[in-house]
Amino acid sequence: MLEVSDLHVKYGNIEALHGISFSVNKGEIVALLGANGAGKSTALMSIMRLPPPEGPRVSSGSIKLDGLSLLPIPAHILVSRHGIGLVPEGRHIFGNLTVFENLKLATFSRNDREQMQRDFERVFALFPRLADRRSQRGDLLSGGEQQMLAIGRALMSGVRFVLLDEPSMGLSPLLMTVLFRALKELNESGTTFLVVEQNARIALKYSHRAYVLEAGKIVLEGQSQALSQNPEIQKAYLG
Amino acid sequence: MLLETFLQDLLNALQWGSFYALIALGYTMVYGVLLLINFAHGDIFMVGAYIGFFIASLLLGRYAWISPGLPSALIFGLTVMATMIITSGVGVALERVAYRPLRRKGASRLYVVITALMCGLILENGNLAIFGASRRSFPQLLSNTAYTIGGVTFTNVKVLVILTTVIIFVLLETLVRRTRIGMAMRAISYDRMAVPLMGIPLDTVIVFTFVLGSSLAALAGVLFATAYPVLDPYMGALVGWKAFIAAVLGGIGEIRGAIAGGFLLGFVEIFVAAFFPSTLRDLIAFSILLLFLSIKPTGIFGVARVTKI
Repeated sequence: MLEVSDLHVKYGNIEALHGISFSVNKGEIVALLGANGAGKSTALMSIMRLPPPEGPRVSSGSIKLDGLSLLPIPAHILVSRHGIGLVPEGRHIFGNLTVFENLKLATFSRNDREQMQRDFERVFALFPRLADRRSQRGDLLSGGEQQMLAIGRALMSGVRFVLLDEPSMGLSPLLMTVLFRALKELNESGTTFLVVEQNARIALKYSHRAYVLEAGKIVLEGQSQALSQNPEIQKAYLG
Repeated sequence: MLLETFLQDLLNALQWGSFYALIALGYTMVYGVLLLINFAHGDIFMVGAYIGFFIASLLLGRYAWISPGLPSALIFGLTVMATMIITSGVGVALERVAYRPLRRKGASRLYVVITALMCGLILENGNLAIFGASRRSFPQLLSNTAYTIGGVTFTNVKVLVILTTVIIFVLLETLVRRTRIGMAMRAISYDRMAVPLMGIPLDTVIVFTFVLGSSLAALAGVLFATAYPVLDPYMGALVGWKAFIAAVLGGIGEIRGAIAGGFLLGFVEIFVAAFFPSTLRDLIAFSILLLFLSIKPTGIFGVARVTKI
């Protein structure tokens, strides 16, 4: 489905990714692991670039979705036409909008009313907490609820492939489990995920495959189960 | 007698407040979306009045080649609609030519504000260059009927202006609360980066905002010219400044703020003029408003926004 090859990415003159290659198959949960500053978020931001001057710049390499190059396509088109969504680091909930409005806004480019209604029900069934707080302002939600809302928004935008940036950040272990179980459930009903995580333990537990990034390069890759047995990983990330 | 005078002043205040409010809406919506004070907006109001003038003249058959002989109330309606459409084109062109390139390059807000000021001057002086400095009188399209009820005199135009503003306010509030494009306008002001992630093209929302703001300025322009039928290239300058002040008084970025601020400014001006010599009107009115802002610097509905790091 997604094929990234020999990707070099720069911020200004500083190269952050030195030629990384990875792929995501339809129906998978793939994790990108690594320490702070390894380039995980940069990899996600290169797939879904936000308007300049915020985003990183791809200097060479390719990013393809089913053979189509994503490099010239702006973020809103990726969401509305190519079915790729991003749940950014820090959630970026619209705090001045209610939970319901946040979800409704994400349907902006959709017109399939009946499917939209089913998606609303799906989100509220998956995260009942959001249903309870549907008329509450986004900035009054807890961190965990905001993360649920951020994932709910991605679903409401109708995408089938979601890039997740640090979903576990700032959450209690219990909430992390709730969240990753929800991801698993969504995955089983057909959504593909590429998850960037610092918390290798939970990411390896719930993903199919994983890549380990270090200083802008991929140093390890494999089946998540095998990686979690790997002594190097155990020492560096699961310690 | 005192009550009658009061009611008379009240009506005048509501009418002037309506003009300020309609223009203030454009300032406040563009600010909400782009954090840009669009200083050319007062001149968009002037452009609207002029476009209205030419369309009305055309429909009245002043330019010999067309003379449809329509009833003047219908001409008024057509003029309002056509003027709103054409003027919103001017607003969108301004965004496209002047503001968008700066936004693409990530220019700092100071440069964008200066650009807006220059655009305003270009509109004023462009008008001056093309149509000359002589004033034009707006054709009378609505028969100016005055009614007197219990000693209070009011014209149909006054009632029309006030009612229009109330209707516009209700429509805009509904748009912003209920529709996705309205929610997108609110969302941009909170977190611009996340908006494209919802599948929303930023530029579409920005253009839509300029269409709304400019067409309301055009509406204000035609209504103003109907009530005070003298047009000159600088008519947008002072009224525009005052409308901007109204937007800030109400709490910039808030639709109900623009309405409340517009009416507040209208009231203060009219009632100051009722008690003091009219030459002192603006001096006293703005001193009062200055005092108001020093007590509540965020305006009536504004909230001090916590900047996220």
